[in-house]
Parts: sequence; C-alpha cells; structure tokens
Amino acid sequence: MRESEVSAPLYSIRDLTVDYHTREGDLRAVDGVSLDIQRGEVLGLVGESGCGKSTLGKALMRLIQEPGEITSGQLWFHGTGSNRHDGSDLMQLSDGQMREVRGKSISMIFQDPMTSLNPVQRIVDHLTETIRTHEPKVSGKAARARAEELIDRLGIRPERIDDYPHQMSGGMRQRVMIALALSLRADLVVADEATTSLDVIVEAQFLDLLRELCEEFELTILLITHNIGIVAEAADRVAVMYAGRLAELGGVHDVFGQTLHPYADGLLKAVPNIKLVDDELYRMEGAPPNLIAPPSGCRFHPRCPRVMEMCSEQAPSFGEYRAEHSTACWLYEDVPALDDASTN
Amino acid sequence: MKMFRPWMTLQQTDMSESRNSSDQNLVELHDVKKWFPVQQGLLDSIFSRGSAEHVRAVDGVSFNIRKGEVFGLAGESGSGKSTIGRLALRLLNATEGTVRFDGVDLSTLKNEEMRHLRQRMQVVFQDPMASLSPRMTAGDAVSHPLVIHHPEESGNKRERAEELLELVGLTPASLFYDKYPHQISGGQRQRVVIARALITSPELVVADEPIAMADVSVRALLLDLMVRLKNELKLSYLFITHDLATAKSICDRIRILYLGKMAELGPLSSVYRNPQHPYTRALLAAVPVPDPNYRRQEPLPRGEIPSPINPPSGCRFHPRCPIAEEVCRQEIPEMLPFREEPEHLVACHLRTGNYQHLDPERHGN
Repeated sequence: MRESEVSAPLYSIRDLTVDYHTREGDLRAVDGVSLDIQRGEVLGLVGESGCGKSTLGKALMRLIQEPGEITSGQLWFHGTGSNRHDGSDLMQLSDGQMREVRGKSISMIFQDPMTSLNPVQRIVDHLTETIRTHEPKVSGKAARARAEELIDRLGIRPERIDDYPHQMSGGMRQRVMIALALSLRADLVVADEATTSLDVIVEAQFLDLLRELCEEFELTILLITHNIGIVAEAADRVAVMYAGRLAELGGVHDVFGQTLHPYADGLLKAVPNIKLVDDELYRMEGAPPNLIAPPSGCRFHPRCPRVMEMCSEQAPSFGEYRAEHSTACWLYEDVPALDDASTN
Repeated sequence: MKMFRPWMTLQQTDMSESRNSSDQNLVELHDVKKWFPVQQGLLDSIFSRGSAEHVRAVDGVSFNIRKGEVFGLAGESGSGKSTIGRLALRLLNATEGTVRFDGVDLSTLKNEEMRHLRQRMQVVFQDPMASLSPRMTAGDAVSHPLVIHHPEESGNKRERAEELLELVGLTPASLFYDKYPHQISGGQRQRVVIARALITSPELVVADEPIAMADVSVRALLLDLMVRLKNELKLSYLFITHDLATAKSICDRIRILYLGKMAELGPLSSVYRNPQHPYTRALLAAVPVPDPNYRRQEPLPRGEIPSPINPPSGCRFHPRCPIAEEVCRQEIPEMLPFREEPEHLVACHLRTGNYQHLDPERHGN
C-alpha cells in the first residue's frame, strides 16, 4: 500500500484479522486492521473493553491461543541490529523462529506484573535467565552485571536485585518487567494496560521513565490502554479502535484537537479533565456491539449521533482524510450512490 | 512544644460540630484507628522475637458525613480508604475511637441490633461480577435484602424489585428481572448492585470504587445515576475512589488520606483549586490530563507509599515531601484550618505554620 516510504516502519500490520471460534459462532475480534508502527514512537492504542485492542497486541507477537486464530493478514516486522528477521512476515516464521522474536525483538508488559513474574525466582534470576536464554554466550557474571546496571538505570537500588517479586512494590515490579524487555534490547515493547494497576503518582513516574527510555534505548512502544489521559500524556500518535476496527489514527495533537470520527469524539469527551472546573461529560448512548453478530455497515452507526442513511448500508473504508490523519467514516468520504457497489 | 492554638484545633472543630449539629451528621468518626496484627511465623512467636507488629491501616481519622452530602475519600492504595468504608459500616470493628451512625455508637450495638441497623447503610463495591451471585437472577439479587430484613413483604418482592430495576434505568424491568449476571453488560450489572443496595431504603451508601471497572463511556452514565438517586432518595454517599478526576464530578467534600492518616479535608472546589498539602498537590498533578498540550508543572514526589507497618515518624509524608523540614520528621501535624476557609483543613506543619505566625486578631484584614 505505502511501500514507497523512505524509511520502512518498524512494524507494518496488513489486513490483520483475528477470530475467536466460540460455541455461538465466530467472533471477529480484529477485523482487517492495517497499521504502521514507526521506529522510536509511542503509539497509543485506545478503545473500550472488547474493542479488540488487547487481541491486536497479542497478535503482534502471534500469541493468540485457542480458540482464537489469526485468520489472515501479514505482519511485516523490520527489526534492527542483531535481529535476524529483517523485513520478514512473522506469519511465515516457524514456531521456533517465532520464539526467538518474542522477548528478543518484541517484548510485552501486562497489567499485573505479579502474574508475569515467577514468585519463587529472584529478580536477578529473571533477568539473567532471560539474557542467557537468548544469548547463550554471555557468562553468568556478565549477565548479572548487565542486570544490575539496568535495574539501577530504572531507579531500583541494585541491592534489591536479589529480592523476590513479592518483596517489591507494584511500581518496582513493573520496572522489572521493563528491565526484562530492555535486557535483550527489544525493538518493540507492547505495553498492555501496563500502568492500570499502579497508583496515579507511580503511574506518572512510570510514564516519565518510559519516555526517557524511548529516547535512550531507541525503543518503540505500543501503549494499549483504556485511559485517554495516559495517551494524551505519553503517546506521539493515537489509534482509536471500535468493535474490532480502526476508527481513527493520527498524531496525538490532531486526534485530540481535530477529532474526526464521532466515536473517537464521544470517547474523548467522556473523559473528565481535572484541570477544568466544570467540564460537562459527554454521555454516549448504548453499548459496544456483540461481535458475533456486529451491526451492518459502519459498526458505530447504531450509537452514532451523526448517523446517515449510508452508514448502515456499507462500511466506510479506512483512509487518510488529511496528512497523517486517517479515519473510517462516511462523513469524510464521498458517499457513492447506493446502487454502486464499489467504494472508491 | 505544642503551640497553644486557641482559635481552633481539629478536635474542637469536630466536637463543636457534633454538639451543635449532630442532627445534621449521619456518620461521625472520631479518632478512629484500625490496626491489623501481622501474622508471625512459628519461631518468631515461640521466641517472641520483637513484639507483635501491626499494620496501621487507619491511624487516627476523624470526620463527619452530613446528611445528603457526597463525602469523598481519596488516596492511593494502602492509604486506608477502603478500611474506613468498612469501619463506617462496622464490617470491621475499630481498634480505637468511635464510629457513630445517626448518633448511635456502633460499638455498643449487639450483632442483632447491628444487623437491623444495616438496612439503613448499604455498600456498592467495585466489581459487580464479584458482588453478584452467578446463580441468582437480577430480580432475586435485588429482592434478597428485602426477604432478609422484611420477610413479611416477601409476597410483593417481585413488584418491589421491578420498581427498583426501573429506578436504576434497567427497563423493561420485567425483562431484566430474570437475567443472570453473565447475560447483561458490566454497566448493567453495576446498576443491579445499586438497585439491591437501595431496596431497603438506606440513608447511607458506601460506594467503594463503584465505577472503577466501568468503561469510559459508561462511567458518566453511572455517575449521573448515582447523583439522581441521591437527590431523589435523599441519600448520603461515602464515595471511596483513587481517581480524583471522577471524584470531581460527584463529591461535595473530599478527604485526602495518606498512609492511614488524614492529609487534607475540605469542600471539593476549595481542595482542588487551592490544594495545600504537598501530597494533595502531587496527587492532583499526577492525574493524567486528556489534553496533549498540557504539561505537568509540579514535580512528582520521590518513591512510593511506604509500609504501614513501620510508618515514618512525624508527618508520614516527609520522606517523599519536596518541602519537608526538620519539624516534619519529628512532630505529627494536626489538622488545622487553612486561612480564611474554616471548612478547609490541612495537616502540614509548613502550610498551617504560616497561619500560626499570623496574629489571630489581625487575621482577615
């Protein structure tokens, strides 16, 4: 589609579709999503529960498990440096090759660090084991030194490295998770609600740290969250998802300042702003649809305040409305005559 | 060392408040403490190494909830806010201090009397899926308190339950009556929980993070509902939250807690516009703002909330405080009014210290 770019994006997702095979039928959690993640950016992915944002994050590492399945799409990943998988479609890799990519090239941080850390393993062992699994040539001593340096950089006193996860606070555990990602110098970190279990002050500290690390380690972060405030604070670009599809994508100032899609608009207006004295919150009608039997046409049309006749007939295509700012909405697309089947 | 402050101390405020207007206060907490013993290992208890330690979850908290107000209780995890909610309902017994509901000291009540009183105080928790039995329909769940407290009314429980379901916006109620929790959405589940809390016509509802699990687009609707119900049914809320942005749109007054102690208390607008305690300022500054042009000005405090087992001496916030001085390490600050706002109290040596130096007679010029 946009092959002619000067520097290839780190990750190009093309027409990704993920289905969950349930007893009631197939649930299409991600429906034909195409998205580029640029090198060194923080891309915020927002949406309400059930919109498919976590599924998308997992699909990037091919971590979708039964009864889910990536039914189609391409995952072009252009890792740098020591990564062997330059410009390869991860969908074509064997399970063994994929295991190399996970952790080493793409790393993931989840909401609850306690479920990701082994409770009977010291922090130092988590780190050295990770380093030595992927880089068997590194000696135990060197791995430990690297681990200590990292922990120190992340603001944890190096002597705490011999602690067990339960001896650390929530914020420290989440820093350890980041350390695990950095220990292998992963290109991309997928942070799925990584700050949701943290208190506000710790969350703010963690976001500040992430920003610093991005520059220092040339890290790219996909920040998946339901918290609009965090995206405004930390992201360079924002993708808004609704019912398995992208509704809007653009630079954070464009998306917040000149919101295009009515869903994105409602979502942003529903968030209270502590700095405003009397901000009237927007009340969005209805609830997200059941994805086993989604609404026809644009999936937001039953809740949309600006719905038109066209919206229930045919789904709008996702495309650029202005430079670097895309949406999928008939308001911004020439409506074809209803008898004309083609979209463009 | 203690300075004589004739014009007002917290104790006096609270006492005078309770003396003059106890009929306006629904709940009164006076110097309430809740210490949980820390479980010791077998060896430790045999050789009694060190005395038994306690988690000082709530360590001397006083406030009143007035009739018809939404009283917010905010702080980070470990600040003791949920424990206070439970103490107010006597789901936990206070280690020290008194909790009064409508003038009655809860600790003097027998269990049976307490059970009877509980119709007047209800609770809504964060996770409706955990609060509702998966094997009970919405109607059964809503009417259950009625069956327990007023068995004589069991006959028309369906009628009453449908009335309540209607009231919380679950229409048609006859349809929702037979739904199981898994058949309805998260927002609807929380509405069922609210309906269940209201069927015994309570005066106080303790809402412990009632919308924290809800999606952004549902939150505003749930808050609307809670405000409407409060006005229609003349309820008082103890609204417990970690989210100061949410508290803003519902609370009349707010108390900021830190590590089991009070940091600040006042009318919401005064606390938010003019936060005095360095902790309140940090907390307000840390809330993410949904505006990419906004950049945080206030520096964040260092580190994280310390363990409540051995809390720091003096002011508990001093190790993280950007402006702490020697006095903060040594003396526990009292809750004192801040300048012209008699309703706005803060526990900070340095903030109220300014006030002490003012001549009380000249104050107000």
